[in-house]
Amino acid sequence: MTVDLALVVAIGVLVACGVTLILERSLTRILLGFVILSNGINLLFLLASGAPGRAPIIGSSDERMSDPLPQAMALTAIVITLGVTAFGLALAYRAWQLEGHDDVQDDVEDALVMRRAHDDQTSTSFDDVNAGMPDEEGVDPVDTTGGDQASTEPVTDEVKDS
Amino acid sequence: MTYLIAAHFLAAAWSPALVRMLGRRAFLVLALVPAISFAWLLPRVLTASEGEPASESYGWAGSVGLDIDLVLGPVGGPIALLVTGIGALVLLYCTWYFKPDDTEMWRFTAVFTAFAGSMLGLVLSDNIYLLYVFWELTTVLSFLLVGHNPERRANRRAAMNALLVTTFGGLAMLVGLVLLNVATSSTRLSEIVADPPDASLTVHVAVALVLLGAVSKSALVPFHFWLPGAMAAPTPVSAYLHAAAMVKAGVFLVAVLAPAFSDLVWWRPTLVVLGLTTMMIGGLRALRQYDIKLLLAYGTVSQLGFLMLVAGLGTRSATVAGLAMLVAHALFKSTLFLVVGVIDRSTGTRDLRELSGLARELPVMLAAAVVAGASMAGLPPTIGFLGKEAVLASIEDLGTDTGDVVWGAVALVGVVAGSVLTVAYTARFLWGTFSTKPGVEPSAISRKSQWFGLAPALLATLSLVLGFAGHGLTEILMGAGAAYPAGAHEPELTLWHGVSLPLLLSIVTVVLGLALFVGRRAVAAGQHLVTDHVWLPDAERAYHRVIRGVDRLAIELTGRTQRGSLPFYVATILLVVAIVPGSMLVRALLSDSTDISVKLADRPLQVVVALLVAGASIAAVRSRRRLRAVLLVGLSGYGTALLFVAHGAPDLALTQVLVETFLLVTFVLVLRRLPPFFSTRPFTASRWVRVAIGTLTGTVVAVMALVMASARRADPVGDDFAGPALDYGGGKNIVNVTLVDIRAWDTLGELSVLVVAATGVASLIHLLTDRAARIDRSPAGDGGQRWLGRSSSVQPERRAVVFEVVTRLVFHAVIVFSLYLVLVGHNSPGGGFAGGLVAGLALMVRYLVGGRKELDAAAPVDAGLVLGLGLATASLAGLLPTLLGGGVLQSAIIDVPLGPLGELHLVTSVFFDVGVYLVVVGLALDVLRSLGGGIDKHETEELTEGSPA
Repeated sequence: MTVDLALVVAIGVLVACGVTLILERSLTRILLGFVILSNGINLLFLLASGAPGRAPIIGSSDERMSDPLPQAMALTAIVITLGVTAFGLALAYRAWQLEGHDDVQDDVEDALVMRRAHDDQTSTSFDDVNAGMPDEEGVDPVDTTGGDQASTEPVTDEVKDS
Repeated sequence: MTYLIAAHFLAAAWSPALVRMLGRRAFLVLALVPAISFAWLLPRVLTASEGEPASESYGWAGSVGLDIDLVLGPVGGPIALLVTGIGALVLLYCTWYFKPDDTEMWRFTAVFTAFAGSMLGLVLSDNIYLLYVFWELTTVLSFLLVGHNPERRANRRAAMNALLVTTFGGLAMLVGLVLLNVATSSTRLSEIVADPPDASLTVHVAVALVLLGAVSKSALVPFHFWLPGAMAAPTPVSAYLHAAAMVKAGVFLVAVLAPAFSDLVWWRPTLVVLGLTTMMIGGLRALRQYDIKLLLAYGTVSQLGFLMLVAGLGTRSATVAGLAMLVAHALFKSTLFLVVGVIDRSTGTRDLRELSGLARELPVMLAAAVVAGASMAGLPPTIGFLGKEAVLASIEDLGTDTGDVVWGAVALVGVVAGSVLTVAYTARFLWGTFSTKPGVEPSAISRKSQWFGLAPALLATLSLVLGFAGHGLTEILMGAGAAYPAGAHEPELTLWHGVSLPLLLSIVTVVLGLALFVGRRAVAAGQHLVTDHVWLPDAERAYHRVIRGVDRLAIELTGRTQRGSLPFYVATILLVVAIVPGSMLVRALLSDSTDISVKLADRPLQVVVALLVAGASIAAVRSRRRLRAVLLVGLSGYGTALLFVAHGAPDLALTQVLVETFLLVTFVLVLRRLPPFFSTRPFTASRWVRVAIGTLTGTVVAVMALVMASARRADPVGDDFAGPALDYGGGKNIVNVTLVDIRAWDTLGELSVLVVAATGVASLIHLLTDRAARIDRSPAGDGGQRWLGRSSSVQPERRAVVFEVVTRLVFHAVIVFSLYLVLVGHNSPGGGFAGGLVAGLALMVRYLVGGRKELDAAAPVDAGLVLGLGLATASLAGLLPTLLGGGVLQSAIIDVPLGPLGELHLVTSVFFDVGVYLVVVGLALDVLRSLGGGIDKHETEELTEGSPA
């Protein structure tokens, strides 16, 4: 099949621009990138499905028709993009409401895990061997929660500047 | 039998309600379920020797061999009686064990009853996979029961240990069962055992894995440590799960499989060694305990080793003796645990150093414990004595029956040694619990209901009565023994064999055991000397090292791979996408078979549009103003729609234009609140990294498009859609028929995504407000109901009255047009998505003109209602055909005559499309109410509070 170069270029540029934006931290830009990227991928679907033809409507003309299956898939994708982008916009607005900006922050929990890995510690949920005697009634004395104290240490300063 | 099992689960489901109504007395009602099961099973087990065993079969998941095949087998039958009988008695006992104000009782009753059902199902299963399902059900439910009081860290750990150990064994067992299934091409236990496969490597591995599961479940060395920990459970649970029922699952499985596999060369030695080691370790540890419940727990470990050994010997007499011992153990151990429960509740302690003078205070419990203890120690005239004598006789015959002289001798010596310990710890238990100790205050007793002791008393009586029913027992248990050829002696459970080796050994055992008890100080000192000075492998510590290792590995791996930075993750994914398929593309380009021919475009317009799209996208990336970026993205989106048209996809283009418009406005609605510029960051290297990754990915995808499109040789699948679309789908627009009929499942999934997204948007904006309260239905002062009244939420000086009038005049026409799109969509461009979007845009214009009140006036319904209605319509349209005998989502073509108006060509998938329409309208409504009206509201609230964020 002879390929339309114009479409190939359009796909390439759309994907490149989409990816560049998605790698940003501003949620608005990420969402714009998401929209551009899905346009590019939808075009890719169409191009890969074969040569262009008439609309896949029975009886419209005698020409060879284009493949309807990727069109149905791309149509679904377009509407999903709408739903997800709307959700992302709500997230962006909420982030702005709470933080004053819409930048995606680094995950604090992951930083904690990294610190634990660095200090050769176990996870916070790990139960150590000396947990006392089991009994069907009663509760632990208060002072046995020693293992969880590490999680309250401040590590946020490391996280903020990345 | 299926009904019996189902009744347990049904009762479990209703038990929380029952507890709420009846409180503790709910246990009495629940006890009826296993009691009735027992009554149903009893006559059938007693007459099992006559004729075929009762069996039932229902299909479930036949493709994986998982069917509900139940059989009242010769091994399972007697155990099923124990499971139901003791289950009923323990539930009865719970009535008085729990405090009336126990807040966790509702959960306990449900889990316990469900457990009883699972256990019954386990011993009745004839299908290996069904057996596995029940096996794991007992594991999970046991976890919940052990963790009954999660307030204590030690309890949580004990529950987790039990879960991990038995699940590990269970998974190994599953692999083994699958291998067995492969080796025998049967999933029925009875068939596998009746016609065992040749001992190939697969069979060896399979049986070893199944045995691993059995050993872990029955707490044999090296998995024995979870069982004492499981004593964190309430005492009735210990009596039932960890003495009578669940831990017997492993013994059951071994007894069932032994006829087929006990001649595998490693089977008998393995079970003898593991069994004896467990028996000794359990016995020795029991002698060191002060908590009488823990003492019994270690005693159980010891007894399980014993039972497992006997069940695995694989001779007729050993099987009968083993089952008798199993029955005996279930009876005496549950009695003893229940006695412990009574003592714990009456005195508040289980420490044998603090208990004193109970013999006088609790004579019934003393009698029950003495009978059960006699059975445990193997004293006549109890069933324990019958069992132990028979076991000793069968081991004595092992050499002649199987030729395993050496292992027979080892087992005999070992069992006698283990039984000596059993006698010693039995004496320790009885003495420690009931004796009056010098220097210890007599324990203070709080009297409980006299019914409290009923269950242990009944069970103890049974231990005694069955001691005199040796002949009848032999006949019942012979069913299991019949699987083997006759041995040197026929098994016979009786109180008097004459003077024989077993009797002599029994006497020796009792004498030595009592000697150990009398010299307990010396024994304890000796044990301390050994444990203090000799290094012994500790299974529990090894287990904890493994668990700690897994935890550390997880932390290290997570710490190294999870950076917490979204761009980092996305970049990693994209680089993999670019590099892995990219390298394949390079290979494809270099190979000779790839033949790429290109042309610039079909029409010159395409070139112009493609350049426009590309230019707009690049400009959007470079833009520092939010609004400009959004407009440029919109431009590139419209351009994409034109490219769709050029390619012959009018439906796609229509949807794209509508979505692009809707998105554009939605972006603007949100961006009005965000700062006009993107955050000013220093022009760092990371920007060039982003551009580089983007360019690389874009290039790879473009080359991919080139190669893929060139490689296209076969005719597209879609070409075959045309015929069915018209004949079965009843539509000419193949894309639409694909959406609502051929691939309607996809669309249904997509609708769910949209509903979730819409709900997410609404809940992010309206954090606290009730959904229904968001529609303002109040008459709102003067002229609220009047056309173009003053109730608009837009300030008077900003109102565009002409715009408002035109919008209102056109609105209904647009809505009608949107419905028209849905109806014609089957034959020409349109459909539910396009129609819904058009309606959504109409609502959007109403909102833009008049604010949120205008929107409420235009659509005085809750968005959630529309969404739910849409999803329900689509689902119903999918389900209705099944009621009429068709497939899910099948559509029918009905021509409805309309008299003079002609004929209505009705395709039922239009109802599905109406569902799609409603969901899209609901999404639009939710987006407008949230990102439009919701944000407006926040803005005015901030203004009135005078504190901008």
